[in-house]
Amino acid sequence: MATAGHAVNAGALALEGVRIAIGGRTLVDGLDLSIGAGECVTLMGPSGCGKSTLLAFVAGSMDAAFDARGRVLAGGDDITALPPERRRIGILFQDDLLFPHLTVGGNLAFALHERARGRDERRARIAAALAEADLAGFADRDPATLSGGQRARVALMRTLLAGPRALLLDEPFNKLDAQLRGEVRRFVFDHALERSIPILLVTHDEADARAAGGRVLRFGDGGPPRS
Amino acid sequence: MGPASAGRFRALAWAPALTVASFALPIAAGLAGTLAPAFGYLPTIGGTHASLGPWRELFASPGFATSVRLTLATGFASALLSAFLAFGFCAWASGRAWGPRAAAWLAPILATPHSAFAIGLAFVVAPSGWAVRAVSPWLTGFDVPPDVATVGHPSGAALVLGLVVKEVPYLVLMTTAALAQVRTHEHLALARSFGYGPREAWIRAVLPQIWRQVRLPVLAVLAYSLSVVDVALVLGPGNPPTLAVLAVRWFADADVRLWFPAAAAAALQLAVVAASIALFVALERIVARAGRRIVERGRRESPLSWLAAGAAATVATLCALACAAMAGMALWSVATQWRFPDAWPAGLSLDGWTRRLADIALPAWNTVAIGALATFVALALTLACLEAEQRQRRAGPPPALTLLYLPLIVPQVAFLFGAQVLLVRAGADGALVSVVWAHLIYVLPYLFLSLADPWRALDPRYARAAASLGASPARVFFAVKVPILAKPVAIACAVAFAVSAGQYLPTLFAGNGRVPTLTTEAVTLSAGADRRVIGAWAVMQALVPLAVYVAAVLLPSRAGAWRRRDTP
Repeated sequence: MATAGHAVNAGALALEGVRIAIGGRTLVDGLDLSIGAGECVTLMGPSGCGKSTLLAFVAGSMDAAFDARGRVLAGGDDITALPPERRRIGILFQDDLLFPHLTVGGNLAFALHERARGRDERRARIAAALAEADLAGFADRDPATLSGGQRARVALMRTLLAGPRALLLDEPFNKLDAQLRGEVRRFVFDHALERSIPILLVTHDEADARAAGGRVLRFGDGGPPRS
Repeated sequence: MGPASAGRFRALAWAPALTVASFALPIAAGLAGTLAPAFGYLPTIGGTHASLGPWRELFASPGFATSVRLTLATGFASALLSAFLAFGFCAWASGRAWGPRAAAWLAPILATPHSAFAIGLAFVVAPSGWAVRAVSPWLTGFDVPPDVATVGHPSGAALVLGLVVKEVPYLVLMTTAALAQVRTHEHLALARSFGYGPREAWIRAVLPQIWRQVRLPVLAVLAYSLSVVDVALVLGPGNPPTLAVLAVRWFADADVRLWFPAAAAAALQLAVVAASIALFVALERIVARAGRRIVERGRRESPLSWLAAGAAATVATLCALACAAMAGMALWSVATQWRFPDAWPAGLSLDGWTRRLADIALPAWNTVAIGALATFVALALTLACLEAEQRQRRAGPPPALTLLYLPLIVPQVAFLFGAQVLLVRAGADGALVSVVWAHLIYVLPYLFLSLADPWRALDPRYARAAASLGASPARVFFAVKVPILAKPVAIACAVAFAVSAGQYLPTLFAGNGRVPTLTTEAVTLSAGADRRVIGAWAVMQALVPLAVYVAAVLLPSRAGAWRRRDTP
């Protein structure tokens, strides 16, 4: 596949000795985890257990109120101290968060990495990504005119076009209705795993974990998640 | 709903119409009363035939073209610079935790009337001002003030500075409010995961989303900067002045025949603002198209980040200047003697204050009374509109309420002269109630705009819960909604009072010069009085609205404090 943003150096995503606390309450402690390229690991737990905070820690966007220790490595590089914009960690949220001020194509162009230069090449990349999402010819559409499933597919393609070396999924299927959920889930896993990058999924839906097909870690209170 | 409350409900339904009429009618009547003499018709002073004479006179007056150029240049420079600095500052602050808190510190600058600030700034940047004194004579060698024009420079630079210092905080506050309406945090996190730094992310992903909410404030700043009179009188060039000042000067002339070209100048001022808004909208389209192309190019680093950092540094400098301006006027008001080039007065004393207290008392009383009355009426109308909106279960405000922006856009000179002519005919010029009404035109939109969002955001379940307990709509309003929203109501009232306290031209015209307030006196004195006297007036002018603002912040939280004490 030479379409949307192939990560060249797609090594493993590793967490070493991660501990996250807020106001004296420990959310995560002593977490060691390594996710290989093309592997998907699922973190399960009830809401408020700190799983989204862990993703924010990996992405670099964690609120300063949290106290975090430990290291994050991507493809062997220690990225713990890097600002989010230099980590190259893709993230997919509960909401698709398509920019309302841009067209579908504009949303994809916003994310498409700078290595794709020149108007023609960028256009071709975007057209290919849209074709891959069964949305050929949608470049000039306003995101508001898309269906929920279409929006979710555009959101994934957008994240992949930035060329991430790891992908974080923060309950991305949560707000979709039951029928759509299975379809979008299949689309996300098919296309993300194809990039052979490590994927970390956070969810409280057992069906998500089954669809991901990889290891499943369960969050308790505090201590390290159990397999 | 019983028959009695149904009757009250119908009365409430008239609230939006009454509110719109309270400001739209005087503006419309005033505009007509200005346009007629602009075309030669004003029978009381002998203008019985329509003619283009006033326009010919206006166009032929010396310095006319310069006036128009100056008006456009200072108006656009102030508005564009203010918007650039405000957005640049917000972009720069976006990645920082203290960003939102910084906005709270802007309130004192917002509460201070424009003209008080202008007077304070003049004390700092004048050739004999604090800035030159601080480096004289050891650095500059000046023993006497340099013979250059800074204040009143023909380019209008000082006027632009005075406006920018005041408008940047306003736009920052409006931007902060708009940021709360979109999913700023998530979109920033997303854009940063794509590789954009915080400032680039804010400019590319957030600013275009909030533009819809902040463009009206920017347009209001543009209209205001094009038409401002008091700041231009203090800081702007004198000869030729800006168009609005020219019109006011002619209106104030003892020779009533000058009213005709004055009316033409006021009408032209209206056209200038309308054309400028059209130009702004065209410019907006071009920038939006170019902006989309730039965003789609996907460059992760651009000069925009550096521009934002530069804007933030400039804003910091402006804040320092604002503090110096406030401190300067306070210091002058208590100085016994302050000779050039001393950086500090020879002595400090409160004698000047005690001597001037008698002069200040009446204008101070007028300021408080007019401000309180205008705020009270505006609050009643606003609450009636908002309550009617909720009882009718409308999705949004009635479309007529978009007219609220009218007073923020229409130049004051363009309708105040006509309104004055009507007031004179009715024998109501110079009455306190006329001045209150003139202030209401400006107090109302600001009060409404600052209260509407928190009011509409109140969880409707409080009212439903109270109603299910048998409370009448009136009781729900007074015992549930108003107490819960006490804080935003108090803040909105403080904003409204500050707007009233800062009014110069409406006070002058509706009062026909016979209702002095702190602002009218301070601006009049700024033309040539002793700096110790001007300082005292400007300090009072700034202090009164500031005191009201502090009270508005403190009172609602004090009132609720007894409930939160530990002991039962």
